[in-house]
Amino acid sequence: MTTAVSFQNICRYFGPVRAVDDVTLDIAEGEFFAMLGPSGSGKTTCLRLIAGFEQPTSGHMEIFGVTSEGVPPYQRNVNTVFQDYALFPHMTVLDNVAYGLMVKGVDKATRQRKAQETLTLVALGSFGSRRPSQLSGGQRQRVALARALVNEPKVLLLDEPLGALDLKLREQMQVELKALQRNLGITFVFVTHDQGEALSMADRVAIFNEGKIVQVGSPEDIYERPKTKFVADFVGSSNVLSPAFSKSAGGPESWASLRPEKISIMQGKEKAPTWHQSANATITAAHYQGSVTRLNARISSGETINVTVPSSQGKFAEGEKIILHWPKEAVHIMAGEA
Amino acid sequence: MRSESPFLLKIAAIGCVAFLHVPLLLIFLYAFTTEEKSFQFPPPGYTMKWFSIVWDRQDIWDAIGLSVKVAGIATLLALILGTCAAAAVSRARFFGRDHISLLFILPIALPGIVTGIALRSAFGIMDIPFSTWTIVLGHTTFCMVVVYNNVLARFRRTSGSMIEASMDLGADGFQTFRHVVLPQIASALLAGGMLAFALSFDEVIVTTFTAGQQATLPIWMLSELIRPRQRPITNVVAIFVIAVTFVPILAAYYLTREGEHTGGTGK
Amino acid sequence: MSFARSVSNSLFKHPNWFLALLLAPPLLWLGIAFLGSLFVFLFHSFFSIDEFSGFIKYEFTLSTFAELFRLSNFDVIIRSLVMATAVTLASVIIAFPFAYFAARYARGKWKALFYILVMLPLWSSYLVKVYAWKLILAKEGIISWLAGELHLTWALDALLAIPVIGGPSLSISFLGTFIVFVYVWLPFMILPTQAALERVPVNLIDASSDLGATPAQTFRNVIFPLALPGIIAGSIFTFSLTLGDYIIPQIIGNSSYFLGQTVYTLQGTAGNIPLAAAFTVVPIVIMGIYLAIAKKMGAFDAL
Repeated sequence: MTTAVSFQNICRYFGPVRAVDDVTLDIAEGEFFAMLGPSGSGKTTCLRLIAGFEQPTSGHMEIFGVTSEGVPPYQRNVNTVFQDYALFPHMTVLDNVAYGLMVKGVDKATRQRKAQETLTLVALGSFGSRRPSQLSGGQRQRVALARALVNEPKVLLLDEPLGALDLKLREQMQVELKALQRNLGITFVFVTHDQGEALSMADRVAIFNEGKIVQVGSPEDIYERPKTKFVADFVGSSNVLSPAFSKSAGGPESWASLRPEKISIMQGKEKAPTWHQSANATITAAHYQGSVTRLNARISSGETINVTVPSSQGKFAEGEKIILHWPKEAVHIMAGEA
Repeated sequence: MRSESPFLLKIAAIGCVAFLHVPLLLIFLYAFTTEEKSFQFPPPGYTMKWFSIVWDRQDIWDAIGLSVKVAGIATLLALILGTCAAAAVSRARFFGRDHISLLFILPIALPGIVTGIALRSAFGIMDIPFSTWTIVLGHTTFCMVVVYNNVLARFRRTSGSMIEASMDLGADGFQTFRHVVLPQIASALLAGGMLAFALSFDEVIVTTFTAGQQATLPIWMLSELIRPRQRPITNVVAIFVIAVTFVPILAAYYLTREGEHTGGTGK
Repeated sequence: MSFARSVSNSLFKHPNWFLALLLAPPLLWLGIAFLGSLFVFLFHSFFSIDEFSGFIKYEFTLSTFAELFRLSNFDVIIRSLVMATAVTLASVIIAFPFAYFAARYARGKWKALFYILVMLPLWSSYLVKVYAWKLILAKEGIISWLAGELHLTWALDALLAIPVIGGPSLSISFLGTFIVFVYVWLPFMILPTQAALERVPVNLIDASSDLGATPAQTFRNVIFPLALPGIIAGSIFTFSLTLGDYIIPQIIGNSSYFLGQTVYTLQGTAGNIPLAAAFTVVPIVIMGIYLAIAKKMGAFDAL
């Protein structure tokens, strides 16, 4: 398997700010790779380093085996879909898409044909003569995509491309992007702060925090087996159990994560299965959310545990005493600190 | 929002507009008066003869020629210098940026007399004789500011990722400038250039210090204002100056308004 | 690789070169031609003039600055300051209703028209504007004629009889100078005031009246404070321009000197460069203080 993008101990400082701090990372060819993290975690700077808009302060970078330090963006076979799309307002949609070919000196007939083909690929075949200002947000997003794809990049970078779209359109675009990536076989690097988006689309996800990568793995890895408290909390707001509590519930004395949906509750006097761990708790808040109800339950040590239960299970009142229980294997012991 | 405005407010607003415009309209009336010696109102009679008299006056044509030449050169220099300054200030974060942007507006923030007198004393110290170029030097200093302000405003409205997008798609710095930056700022450049031209064509305060014995059109007018000798001719020249400055001002207004529709899309 | 591409590449690798390349021409121009001349000129204020020969004595002294406080010189400074203040206040009073009307009630085409109606006089020829007022204020001009037609000549005469501000005719009085100053600089007050008023959200005004404020209270407590940065921004122009002008008082007014004329005469016919430089420092210092206060009050955001 060829490595598409390789970061070796890459740092990028802005004055005293360590935007990217010693990141080592390999992205494989043909992979759909997501960079996930809160704002300011360094994920966008990493994307800009690949695009060539930023240069690393130190470390070594390769794109398809070619050293990329000092290589300007216009000499990299990498294209970007910008967060605000950055379409050229003074050009038609077709000219926007044909721009990359024009500056490379492709003749007019060829570049217009290719641009038209790519527009058709993103289902905007009849919009070529319009101006970007005459398009909806979703349509602009597709034009931005077509404008990048027409250059046949080896790596396509997407900077929160779905952030400006409404929920329904966003879900539709997630499916389309995924299908497009499968069909074209291009390496996609996708930056997002939306964990649902990252988990549903990516082959692998890198979790960023404070300029560092805290975990890289498949969506399942990240979700089921978070390495640190940060990952557990950021991805799917898992419960982070303190070492003391883990021990009192019958596990080893170490930090652990427990997914809210893995926890069952008992309102009556029945006994939990013997292979389950359990804890007494008091409901402090109940949020009905349609098919499920989210509960905040305070346990004796004072920590709050989030629980997601099917709404069909019954009614819940604040102050109600309940017993939480969960299978032992649902507790994931975290190796990393912090 | 209430759609009805209070009556008194309306009157005050209309009064303000009248205050601003009636004096300019009066000049048109005076250009046709038959009275030569005073500013008598209402004019005792009307005539067209002053226009043909002005047409035959070589000194006025010379003054117009010099004004056009100075304004043309000063505008061209201002376009280059102002655009460079705006590009640097809008794009980069560098040490002393705030001080430099203050320096760029100083020539219009300080009274014109300060600029003029400073230049004059510098010419004196360095033994530079007065010429078209000494006038151009003074005019470029404030014309640059007008261009700078116009272009800077446009740069700020233009999405910064547009330049990155162009480079990302394979365009180098020059291609990006030609295909993306220039079309974006073209109308702002044109507007800034027209305003700079109008400003230079009309400027008198700095010019009095940098012109020596040469007469631009405003200098010619100023001497008539201080010692009126040819009142009806001055009226006609005043109308000409209004016409020459109004056209670029209106054009500049429509150009920058157009820009608001094309500048910020993509967001 | 083409030449353009390799230049582009080296500029990309050295973004600071590129920045320097952009900044150098305008900085050199302003730094040398403008600031350089200005400092050299102002530096003369630390020299003095030899009273017998009329030549400049190149020795450091503060005596030239001390001369500013001689009665006749100090009068000029005070007169200019009073005039600048009066012009600024009058501009606020005339500009505000117009700006308020244009910002709140004018819509669409009317708004554009109002904008042009302010822009045209702002940019049109300064000299032509002054000239127009010479026509209007002259003894035989339109104001005298209008006063005669309305049988108000006695009122005009009474106005001109007021000591200090009056005179033989409007074009030879402080009152005339004042009117022309207000006229010429008024658009500089209208535009920033209107811009500040445009930014007052309508729902703030609705909220204020919803909370029980009378229109007068809303104006005093909500609209005026929010428009203040714009008014101060405008006052920077009206104040500075009045302080530095030397043409209007020369054409319309009695023969008393203002700062601008004094500087003009001192460096020209009088040939006293040191004192001219010292006088030039005055408006620069006043404007420096003014700008510092304005900056504190947030006026620069309204420019």
